[in-house]
Amino acid sequence: MLKKLKSIPEQVIRLAVILVIIVVVFVIVRAELVPDDFGELGHYRKGAVDEIASLELKYAGQETCEMCHDDILETKSNGYHRSVNCEVCHGPSAKHSEAPDEFLPSAPRKRDFCPVCHEYLPSRPTGFPQIVSASHNPVKPCITCHEPHNPVPPETPHECSACHAEISRVKSISHHAYLECKTCHEVPEQHKLDPRGNAASKPATREFCGKCHAEENEDYPGVPQIDLAEHEPRYVCWQCHYPHMPEAK
Amino acid sequence: MKKVIENSIERKAFFKLIFLSAFSIFLPKSLTAKNSSPEESPVQDENYNAYDHKWGMCIDIDKCIGCGRCANACKEENDVPREPFFFRTWVERYKIFGKGEVVIDSPNGGVDGFHNEHSERNPERSFFVPKLCNHCENPPCTQVCPVGATFKSVDGVILVDKDYCIGCSYCIQACPYGARYLHPVTKTAEKCTFCYHRLVNDKSPACVEVCPTQARIFGEMEKKSSPLVRFRRMEKIGVLKPALNTEPKVLYAHLDMEVK
Ligand code: HEC
Ligand code: HEC
Ligand code: HEC
Ligand code: HEC
Ligand code: HEC
Ligand code: HEC
Ligand code: HEC
Ligand code: HEC
Repeated sequence: MLKKLKSIPEQVIRLAVILVIIVVVFVIVRAELVPDDFGELGHYRKGAVDEIASLELKYAGQETCEMCHDDILETKSNGYHRSVNCEVCHGPSAKHSEAPDEFLPSAPRKRDFCPVCHEYLPSRPTGFPQIVSASHNPVKPCITCHEPHNPVPPETPHECSACHAEISRVKSISHHAYLECKTCHEVPEQHKLDPRGNAASKPATREFCGKCHAEENEDYPGVPQIDLAEHEPRYVCWQCHYPHMPEAK
Repeated sequence: MKKVIENSIERKAFFKLIFLSAFSIFLPKSLTAKNSSPEESPVQDENYNAYDHKWGMCIDIDKCIGCGRCANACKEENDVPREPFFFRTWVERYKIFGKGEVVIDSPNGGVDGFHNEHSERNPERSFFVPKLCNHCENPPCTQVCPVGATFKSVDGVILVDKDYCIGCSYCIQACPYGARYLHPVTKTAEKCTFCYHRLVNDKSPACVEVCPTQARIFGEMEKKSSPLVRFRRMEKIGVLKPALNTEPKVLYAHLDMEVK
């Protein structure tokens, strides 16, 4: 055994000693540096999760406001803003909820706030109530006419464009610009108050468009015409022509 | 001939030694691991047991009105730097013109809302897409972290240990969804935590709290009934970049194929 050891060349032994030192230093340094809780749950420090979990909350959540402002919550929950939570408008209010006398949330009384949601944008989904703030009762703050917690429009809107802004805009520059919405849609009066409960009708057949566009029809001179039986009979018209912006070329 | 055989035995012994000494790497753990007290940990206490949850979010693109309140609330709740380019969630506006032309913009991440810009051209389709960390089941970001500072927690949320992060930015590079940034002051990586500190207190994430149209649905991925499970049953769902096989836990309803 000893003989064998002696037969190991000097340089190999030196290398081995260095290796041992490196390993020992590594073991000690690692033991010092790696936190105790590393690897308990996975390849990470368990304590990090606890640190992240104990960060401070800024938004209290609407259910917290209910404790003291149940009257406002009740008004709101029956109105159009029922899904708009308090802190959307009043900002993060966790501090206020804990010490209402020390911290007061702000209230957005200025006119530039509401358009964040209600300014007309073509990208917004159809049916969402939108206005063009430059022309919608300018200068006055929105809350002079609309109670923010229950924003019923003071009277029902006359026009479809109030809610179907994108369709109206597109139609107004299309070949169908001079057709009224009601030419093609039967709209119950209640639709403007409760649109989802009182749906408007939509054309259902090819013959509907044929009223104006079929060749045999002479009531509408100047209207481009097609042979209803021959022109793409397998489909309904609006599978190819968007009815609010019909294009033929 | 004999010599060769002897040599080869030595080599075997040598490799054996190397192999055994490699195990010493694991020594300190078994020597030093102490029992930390689990009862003090929010990961598993009487109010919150991480093992009972698997969080996910679904975004209904048809409902998003692009008000950007989510992006704003996220900055408020998580002290995200106010200047642009630091976002944990943000909103993109897609405008799709004919012939495959897609224009995407996101002025200040949507924090100040969107405005009309004056162009005569009408897009064929246009809509808003809120984005955030996808909390992947197979996260590419955690795999590249050299120190174990970013990880998937027990309840499926991808988190960053800010005291452990060395700011190398590998994870920022690795994220296919661009959901991470380097904090300009601490120089550590940051990202959406699903508002982890809110979850453990039984609150929804700040972006969900402020969404006025309920375009963001948050809840359990795997329970029998949760808002998310119900929603997923009713709607057609997609995920971003499915080909990467990251298995996002952020799902999208009515996703347009142009959304990347
Ligand atoms: C512990 C009870 C309590 C809770 C919880 C609470 N508030 Fe209040 N809040 C008050 C009181 C009291 C006042 C009146 C303070 C005053 O006028 O000096 C007030 C006033 C306000 C005001 C008016 C500020 C002004 O300028 O007049 C707003 C807005 C408000 N609260 C919003 C909220 C919101 C949002 C929440 C939920 C996150 C909330 N509060 C939760 C007690 C509470
Ligand atoms: C759409 C935005 C919006 C939402 C949502 C909203 N508020 Fe307000 N709130 C306002 C505005 C604007 C004012 C200022 C009204 C005024 O000065 O006439 C206000 C005023 C208040 C006031 C003080 C005046 C008063 O009427 O007593 C309280 C308290 C208040 N809000 C609480 C709440 C609570 C609680 C909720 C949630 C249930 C809530 N608000 C939701 C916009 C909002
Ligand atoms: C965070 C987004 C948001 C903000 C900010 C907001 N609203 Fe609304 N508003 C909504 C939503 C959502 C509805 C409900 C739309 C629906 O029923 O489809 C709504 C509905 C309305 C309606 C009813 C329109 C109708 O359908 O006839 C009015 C009026 C209104 N809001 C006025 C205001 C005013 C005034 C303010 C500012 C104090 C305001 N809103 C701020 C989101 C918002
Ligand atoms: C002078 C009173 C007045 C002011 C100020 C005012 N509105 Fe209106 N608003 C109305 C009336 C009246 C209607 C319903 C008739 C209509 O369509 O014009 C209405 C309708 C609306 C609607 C619903 C669209 C519809 O027709 O269903 C929204 C949304 C709305 N307003 C938002 C706002 C916002 C946001 C502001 C502030 C930028 C504002 N309003 C300022 C009087 C006002
Ligand atoms: C108060 C806002 C409002 C007004 C005003 C309004 N609508 Fe609507 N309309 C809606 C909403 C909301 C929907 C439902 C959209 C949805 O479910 O996606 C809708 C749906 C429709 C639909 C589709 C129904 C379906 O089955 O898909 C038609 C057609 C329609 N409206 C026509 C009209 C016409 C025509 C007018 C004018 C006479 C009008 N609307 C006025 C809010 C309004
Ligand atoms: C030439 C007939 C015609 C006119 C005029 C017309 N529509 Fe339509 N509209 C249709 C048809 C057809 C559909 C069904 C399209 C479909 O099912 O794909 C439709 C669908 C709709 C829808 C359902 C959502 C959508 O985009 O498919 C709404 C909302 C609507 N119309 C509103 C309006 C409003 C508001 C006006 C007036 C500004 C109007 N329409 C004018 C024919 C018309
Ligand atoms: C009340 C009569 C009327 C009805 C109903 C009607 N249209 Fe039209 N349509 C017109 C008129 C008028 C024009 C031509 C306007 C112009 O360009 O001078 C037109 C033009 C068109 C064009 C040609 C556009 C082009 O580029 O030249 C198409 C396509 C079209 N309509 C499709 C339809 C479809 C699809 C329907 C059924 C949903 C329909 N129309 C229902 C009156 C009607
Ligand atoms: C499969 C798609 C398709 C369907 C379905 C379809 N069209 Fe067309 N339509 C076209 C195309 C493409 C053109 C333009 C080429 C042409 O002139 O044939 C056109 C042209 C037209 C024109 C313009 C003709 C002219 O002389 O300018 C009218 C009007 C029209 N269609 C009405 C209709 C009506 C009404 C229906 C339903 C009964 C309908 N289309 C169904 C594809 C379709």
